[in-house]
Amino acid sequence: MTIENVLLVSAVLFAIGAYGVVSRSSLITVIMSLELMFNGVVIAAVAFSRFTPSAALLSGDPLTGEAIRSALTGHAFAIFIISVAAGEAALAFALVFAMYRAGESIEITDASQMKN
Amino acid sequence: MTAQDFWVISPQIAMALLALVVVSVDLVTRSMAKVSAVALTGLAAPLVLTLNLWYGWFGDPATGPALFGTVEADRFSLFFNFLLITVTAGTVLASTKYIASDRMKDYGGEFVALVLFSVTGMMLLVSATELITIYVALELTALPVVALAAIHRTRQAVEAGTKFFVLSAISSAILLYGFAYIYGYTGSTNLDVILERLAVLPTQAGVPFGSYAVLLAVIMIVAGFGFKMAVVPFQMWVPDVYQGAPTPVAAFLSVASKSAAFAVIMRIMYSAFGEPGLMQDWSGLFAILAAVSMTVGNMLALSQSNIKRLLGYSTIAQAGYVLVGVASVPANQIGATFAGAGAQGVLYYLAGYAFTNLAVFFAVIAITSRTGDDSIAGLNGLIKRSPLLASLLVFGLLSLLGMPPTVGFMAKVVVFGSALNANLAWLAVIGVVNTVIAAYYYLRVIRAIVFEDPVDTSPIKSDVPVLVATGVAAVGAGVLGIAPFLLLEFARSALSILPDL
Repeated sequence: MTIENVLLVSAVLFAIGAYGVVSRSSLITVIMSLELMFNGVVIAAVAFSRFTPSAALLSGDPLTGEAIRSALTGHAFAIFIISVAAGEAALAFALVFAMYRAGESIEITDASQMKN
Repeated sequence: MTAQDFWVISPQIAMALLALVVVSVDLVTRSMAKVSAVALTGLAAPLVLTLNLWYGWFGDPATGPALFGTVEADRFSLFFNFLLITVTAGTVLASTKYIASDRMKDYGGEFVALVLFSVTGMMLLVSATELITIYVALELTALPVVALAAIHRTRQAVEAGTKFFVLSAISSAILLYGFAYIYGYTGSTNLDVILERLAVLPTQAGVPFGSYAVLLAVIMIVAGFGFKMAVVPFQMWVPDVYQGAPTPVAAFLSVASKSAAFAVIMRIMYSAFGEPGLMQDWSGLFAILAAVSMTVGNMLALSQSNIKRLLGYSTIAQAGYVLVGVASVPANQIGATFAGAGAQGVLYYLAGYAFTNLAVFFAVIAITSRTGDDSIAGLNGLIKRSPLLASLLVFGLLSLLGMPPTVGFMAKVVVFGSALNANLAWLAVIGVVNTVIAAYYYLRVIRAIVFEDPVDTSPIKSDVPVLVATGVAAVGAGVLGIAPFLLLEFARSALSILPDL
């Protein structure tokens, strides 16, 4: 498995998410699609972490703190993205409830009160 | 990690603690007057700590990279901290009566606390020198604003909140994708290290930014921040959110959130992509965005009938003018002009715009909170109903338009002048043409205020705090316009992000 394969998966996931966000009308599906976009990024971050710096690590040179930090940054990045996305999801569902209570609908096509 | 590290983010810590104090005070007293008073006096703490880091009042503070190189309290971030704290003070002052109103008094404390949490995020954002920190600070900035926009929980407010949330999340995802590629290409998320690595990595001839990976990353980063800066083509949320959200929130968004986004994009571009060759590449990108943003923002503003929507489109055009300064990079300047003129112009423009736009928005708050009508026709004959508010509003609009001797005029002179020095004469011409187009809709509002006959002739009695806030913002805009050197010198010494000048 090469880094290209993994990056391709990540890009496809990101694109599916982006398509879902613009094409779906239910707010819940939009939020799910957003999560898909974030997961695409997480996969890319971890893939870069796993593949790119490993050349430096495996070259036989003495391990420097810098090389290890560089390799671990991607994992840290992924963890931060996941935890912030959890917070975002909580807020998103608060919005879903508020929207339902205000208008008995969670279709974003109904959210068009304001016009030019 | 030492105690010194925490000095570097002491203003941010103070701001977050203040937000917690406000929540507690709200819990204990339920008096909105006390909540506002506590918030306003409490803002002195982050302000003093920011000034301390700038002047070193309590001994010589360490301001360099801290907390493992993730944050820095350099002059650039301190300048924006100062600006953000000032804007927050204005917003809190202008919303004292609003949070005490019947529909808000149950959430007044939360309103102020959310504003303070968002500002904490912005202050971290302008100080962050590392991509993951930038992302976390960005979310801390955006999420409280979503809640603020939807705080009334009416259909219109929830719609504004939802639109802001969805577009904010999309832009974050796009931004993160760019960050991931930068990390993958350079192996680091620290801006200074990225600069070093990009300088030694091999480049492909004929490809902008030297490689497709960096090109993709830069485009995605600019697109992600384009949303926060509200520039075309990432502007569709602006008018809806400004119209649907409470007016103090719109004022806060249009000034604070925009300044912070400009600060962070400048830091990323100058620190991580600060190689002279790369600068030329991203300068072209920003020049195009600036031209499109000015033109589209102004064109769409022409036909608006709601004052908040009109101001929304006006801020899009203003963001375009600021981008002219961002695009005017130091390299290939003519003669012996100051190399950082473009960046200096951005700082001056943002500060002047902050005062001007706050004056306009606060005047609108004072008027609409009394009349309940936020259409432009609702402003008819305002000069007869409230001469003071009317003159402040007219002054603010003239400054947004760029009429001498206001700060809006001086800022445009500085920014367009820097564009000429950076060989971007075409951009300066587009900017000037746009200023003329913008005159049409600003003057239309002024005509309604001054020459039209009011339907309802009863005088508007405005609340003292919001009047004070409007007055202070207008006086600030006036002083900065008459004596621009006060701020220009300050802005010049704040350019610590530029490569050695």
